[in-house]
Amino acid sequence: MNSKKTIYLAVAALLLMLGGFILPYWFSFLITIALAKGLVVLGLVILMRAGLVSFGQGLYYCAGAYAVGACADYFQTDNILLLLAVAIVAAVIISSLVGLLLSRYRDIFFAMFSMAFSMILYGILVKSANFGSSDGFNVVAPSLFGWAPQVEGGGILGYWSVIIIVSLAGLLMWKYLKSPMGMAGEAIRENEIRVEYLGVSVQKIIYFKYIIAAVLASVGGAITAMSVGHIDPEMAYWTTSGEFVFIALMGGTAHVAAPFIGAIIFELMRTFAFQISPYTWQMILGIALLAIIIFLPNGLWSLKNKFMKGKNA
Amino acid sequence: MNLALAVLVDGVVYSSWLFLIAAGLTLIYGVMKILNMAHGSFYAIGAYSGASLIGVYFAGGNPPWASYFLLVGVSIVAGIVVGLLIERGFLRFMYGRDEVVMILVTYGILLILEDTIKLLWGVDPYFAYQPYTLLGRTKILHLSFANYDFLLIAATAVIGFTLWFALNKTRNGKILQSVIHDREIAGTLGVNVTRIFTVTFVIGAFLGALAGALTAPGISVVPGIGIEVIILAFAVVVIGGLGSVGGAFVGALIVGISRALSVHLYPDGELFVIYGVMGLVLAFRPQGLFAIAGARKI
Repeated sequence: MNSKKTIYLAVAALLLMLGGFILPYWFSFLITIALAKGLVVLGLVILMRAGLVSFGQGLYYCAGAYAVGACADYFQTDNILLLLAVAIVAAVIISSLVGLLLSRYRDIFFAMFSMAFSMILYGILVKSANFGSSDGFNVVAPSLFGWAPQVEGGGILGYWSVIIIVSLAGLLMWKYLKSPMGMAGEAIRENEIRVEYLGVSVQKIIYFKYIIAAVLASVGGAITAMSVGHIDPEMAYWTTSGEFVFIALMGGTAHVAAPFIGAIIFELMRTFAFQISPYTWQMILGIALLAIIIFLPNGLWSLKNKFMKGKNA
Repeated sequence: MNLALAVLVDGVVYSSWLFLIAAGLTLIYGVMKILNMAHGSFYAIGAYSGASLIGVYFAGGNPPWASYFLLVGVSIVAGIVVGLLIERGFLRFMYGRDEVVMILVTYGILLILEDTIKLLWGVDPYFAYQPYTLLGRTKILHLSFANYDFLLIAATAVIGFTLWFALNKTRNGKILQSVIHDREIAGTLGVNVTRIFTVTFVIGAFLGALAGALTAPGISVVPGIGIEVIILAFAVVVIGGLGSVGGAFVGALIVGISRALSVHLYPDGELFVIYGVMGLVLAFRPQGLFAIAGARKI
């Protein structure tokens, strides 16, 4: 990305942040949640580019949220920087252990095994009375060293921070995916054994991708926890992880922006479909999923190339 | 002594239930290489149609003992209808895609079926307790067990034996095994692979529906039971080795007994134990206990 594009991104982020004063609160809230989920999905996309579909990103989504909740409760703090740092540390610790095991697995075994780990966390949380069992518990609204700007409807710090984080993470991951280590992902997906023959450790690359994905997911979970103000074990349930896989497929894996666009469309779809007919919401989701697999196997992002043929993509 | 007995009986009852839900899943995977997430919905459809028909049946004052046959009959019909509809109507156009993509396809089907169930049966719970209470309870060493649970064990034994016999001792079973071993070679030898796929999927759907119908009398049938069950079935099947019916049997026993142990000794660990055992087995046997070794493709 050249410096011009970086400036565009910064301006767009700034405008979006200022938009928080004009936009109705429910909308900026929806964007916050969508972008937080987009972060989780970005991590998933990094794994998917290496051919690995994790059905267990809910593990880190939930771990990040619970790390925030527990830390806020224990240290009586609402400092957003501290809480985010705790979530990241938790994700790094868990994923560097779990990743040792998971980086040996591929295909459906990776999918199933990652799912099993998120279900383990779910099983623990549902039974832990200290964390409110299946009801979960409330999380304080965040502040930046006591500064918590308000608009009509609620606090806006979560909205601002998610935009900043998404911009930074997007930029960073864009650079990462262009780096040799990031590019190795596609090579692994195409043919793992040839990558090994080139003298590259496939397991190590996957291990790092897994940790990156975990950190992104935990930050997403942390922001969700602070914005919603409530967390429960459902965040680690496999249907939550399935939702992330759905968004990843819908957006596509071709670009770092795709997960965020996918997540925003998903949240909009859900909000409106849920209002119109709550009992057929999952059915709409399922039909959309099948339609994407059949007609747009590379996700919504592939539409861009279709319409902008000839231009420098 | 009481504790050991309780763990043993509860464990075996739970294991047989697990085997019921896992058998169809592993059969479909073995033959078609599709890890069918929609299997949970087959279970839910079986449970709902079983429970609603039992309600109607008993309200009509029909002979109570025949209700057991009704449960089996319902699942045969449900299996054929749902299985044919999904396989012939949709799934066959998706063959040849990546295994992971097929998981997502069946996940889509699961989501659609979940809401279809809600549309057909509503969101209120169904109760079909009559077949459960009809058999009464038995006292063994001060502990009281529901006889229906023993019926469940017997049913599982019959189904397990039938599956084993059909797969290993009949001509069609051998043909099926040749498809499991190598789909393409079997095709060149004149096996109608497409038909085998259809038949397998219908049998798998029937087994899923049967598991649901047989479970329905013991539970309250509510939305979302399929979602809970499919993840358990995955654990069982993955432990045993995907595609192996014998593996599913062993996997069900391992999970069932360890869950029973946990429920009686440390109730808070119930869910944790199931996936903990799965993680432990996979850490040492990445492909599960009874998986067939596959060749590496370069």
